[in-house]
Amino acid sequence: MSTWVISGARPLGGGPADIILTDGTISAAGSGAAAPRGAQVLDATGLIALPGLVDLHTHLREPGREDAETIETGTLAAALGGFTAVHAMANTDPVADTAGVTEQIWRLGRQAGHCDVQPVGAVTVGLAGSRLAEFGAMADSAARVRVFSDDGRCVSDAVLMRRALEYVKAFDGVIAQHAQEPRLTEGAQMNEGVASGRLGLAGWPAVAEEAIIARDCLLAAHVGSALHICHVSTAGSVEIIRWAKSKGWRVTAEVTPHHLLLTDDLVASYDPVYKVNPPLRTATDVAALRAALADGTIDCVATDHAPHPVEDKETEWAVAAHGMTGLETALRVVQEAMVDTGLLGWAGVADRMSARPAVIGRLTGHGRPLAPGEPANLVLYDPAARSAVDPATHASRSRNSPFAGMTLPGQVIATFLRGRPTVLDGKPA
Amino acid sequence: MNRHLISAADLSKQDTLLILDTAEELARVADRPIKKLPTLRGRTVVNLFFEDSTRTRISFEAAAKRLSADVINFAVKGSSVAKGESLKDTALTLEAMGADAVVVRHSASGAPHRLAGWLRGSVINAGDGSHEHPTQALLDAFTIRRRFGRGAGEALDGLRVTIVGDVLHSRVARSNVWLLHLLGAEVTLIAPPTLLPVAIDGWPCSVSYDLDAALPKSDVVMMLRIQQERMNAAYFPSVREYSRRYGLDTARLGQLPEDAIVMHPGPMNRGVEIAAEVADSPRSTIVEQVANGVSVRMAVLYLLLGGLEAGK
Repeated sequence: MSTWVISGARPLGGGPADIILTDGTISAAGSGAAAPRGAQVLDATGLIALPGLVDLHTHLREPGREDAETIETGTLAAALGGFTAVHAMANTDPVADTAGVTEQIWRLGRQAGHCDVQPVGAVTVGLAGSRLAEFGAMADSAARVRVFSDDGRCVSDAVLMRRALEYVKAFDGVIAQHAQEPRLTEGAQMNEGVASGRLGLAGWPAVAEEAIIARDCLLAAHVGSALHICHVSTAGSVEIIRWAKSKGWRVTAEVTPHHLLLTDDLVASYDPVYKVNPPLRTATDVAALRAALADGTIDCVATDHAPHPVEDKETEWAVAAHGMTGLETALRVVQEAMVDTGLLGWAGVADRMSARPAVIGRLTGHGRPLAPGEPANLVLYDPAARSAVDPATHASRSRNSPFAGMTLPGQVIATFLRGRPTVLDGKPA
Repeated sequence: MNRHLISAADLSKQDTLLILDTAEELARVADRPIKKLPTLRGRTVVNLFFEDSTRTRISFEAAAKRLSADVINFAVKGSSVAKGESLKDTALTLEAMGADAVVVRHSASGAPHRLAGWLRGSVINAGDGSHEHPTQALLDAFTIRRRFGRGAGEALDGLRVTIVGDVLHSRVARSNVWLLHLLGAEVTLIAPPTLLPVAIDGWPCSVSYDLDAALPKSDVVMMLRIQQERMNAAYFPSVREYSRRYGLDTARLGQLPEDAIVMHPGPMNRGVEIAAEVADSPRSTIVEQVANGVSVRMAVLYLLLGGLEAGK
């Protein structure tokens, strides 16, 4: 295998160092390491080196909606965003609720080769919320599923949720909950608040998220299991999670880039590019989410990358699909919302976008330090770059980026997956 | 004026008075034996109705025809499940047919906003979901102004307007709050707490749950239609209870000041939000509202399509 010498990069934003990648492993990191003969050299002066990013929450749409995204295009988008591993959500068609489907997704990810694809298994058969999927079979399959989620739908039945939490303890699994009380959100279109009242759109109240999170924290404590909360979006949710963590309960949480940057007043345009579930909230919520990510109450950033074809978004608001793309803009948005605001340093970014999501997702080969002997998964990022987001240039098959036209800092220059470049010069390698 | 009329909140006071004054002039056409002006000859107005609304559609049709426009009625059976042709494709079709104005009624809030992005012609919102119904608010303002003997150029300063009913789902209430406030009226919303938006603080009006307390201080009371199916979603316990607490019956009519008027955008549920005797009383403006609707919609079409200079 090849050897790469990455010269002059700043690991976690610190002083310049040379990083040498040999046979898929970091063989040296520091100054003055001799470049082995025949090594390829990448001048990374001024670039920040971070461990390869890990996304706990990606919709790759394959199988079933290959018009929106495929594992090939979605993982290429991930690599271009600096990710070396993504968790593929289970709401495909067919649903990833069996060992067969999860293994297929895992294999397609390996074939594509742009980043590791770790399938998430469904909690209930067909996401129907009535019968548990065969967790054990998925866990024992080649895909080694550890994270289970009905994401897109809430496991609203309290007994089913309790049993799921209990059952996955047998193989150190975690249930990732999409917290949305269904009765409180029937027909809901946007955050319930000032904007929904004016716009005449049915409200999605914060309490519908917070009530489920509170219930599930209590359930997780009762059965001593691991709960992960997807896409936390409200200030109240943050308070509940902070309380649950203070008790020492095994609760983790993620926040999306869009909930760190955008607010519900954007809906005044009625442009469904801003339609997402959970919905964009208020500036108060955004501030609370940023603070919670900074202090670790929220463990990680997860994209909830949700590609949709043009025709599913070029409609009236009520019939449009929920979701936003996010893989190719995640790190830039985090820089804008967290780093440039002084809330989080680059070591913090590495923790929240790589180390912690890898631990929550039970991935052993990712989220490791940039140190000799560790897997050579890393991203080189130029924080000084600045450009407008143009979804037409994205590798994702879909164009529904809510950041379109916004000027954001940063650019991913290179991504390495086990020593092999997947992205060089900001382009697919 | 703007090219479109999508939200009453987009109107300036000057625009609004121009519309009302123009409507006042155009209303005289209705008194002539030949109720027609040549102003919009050769222009095409499309009534694009995704929701059944015979009265609004007919009102716009009459308005356009009195201005000699060609009118195309395009009724789409509104089903969001079996979508069929997309709103965008419908817009492109109308564009290709050369529609100068599209009057749109849609069950989805914001549909006229979307259409305006796809069409070169003017978009007139004839009611979108729970969002707005700006021509209804204009005709209500016109009716109030006339009833209180105010003439061209005058606004509604000092008048106290009480709007009663399902504010949460009402496009009529939203448009009226913005427009009547703009014209200087003091607006009070009365509803059971379940039928008010949770965050109504930013609205330029006061809010109360008590109809009886508000009535003696009202120059205008506007009753909104209550949809009986709201009961099934637990917004109120029963139609009878709603009617007892929020319906306008003859006893409550007696609490109003002597010259106060009673309005309703129609269609009414007689015996629910408004008693038949009240609807038919001399204080009721309900039939006038229908007639005034044609004049106001003529003014809107005239000003959007004919241009400002033609209005002078």
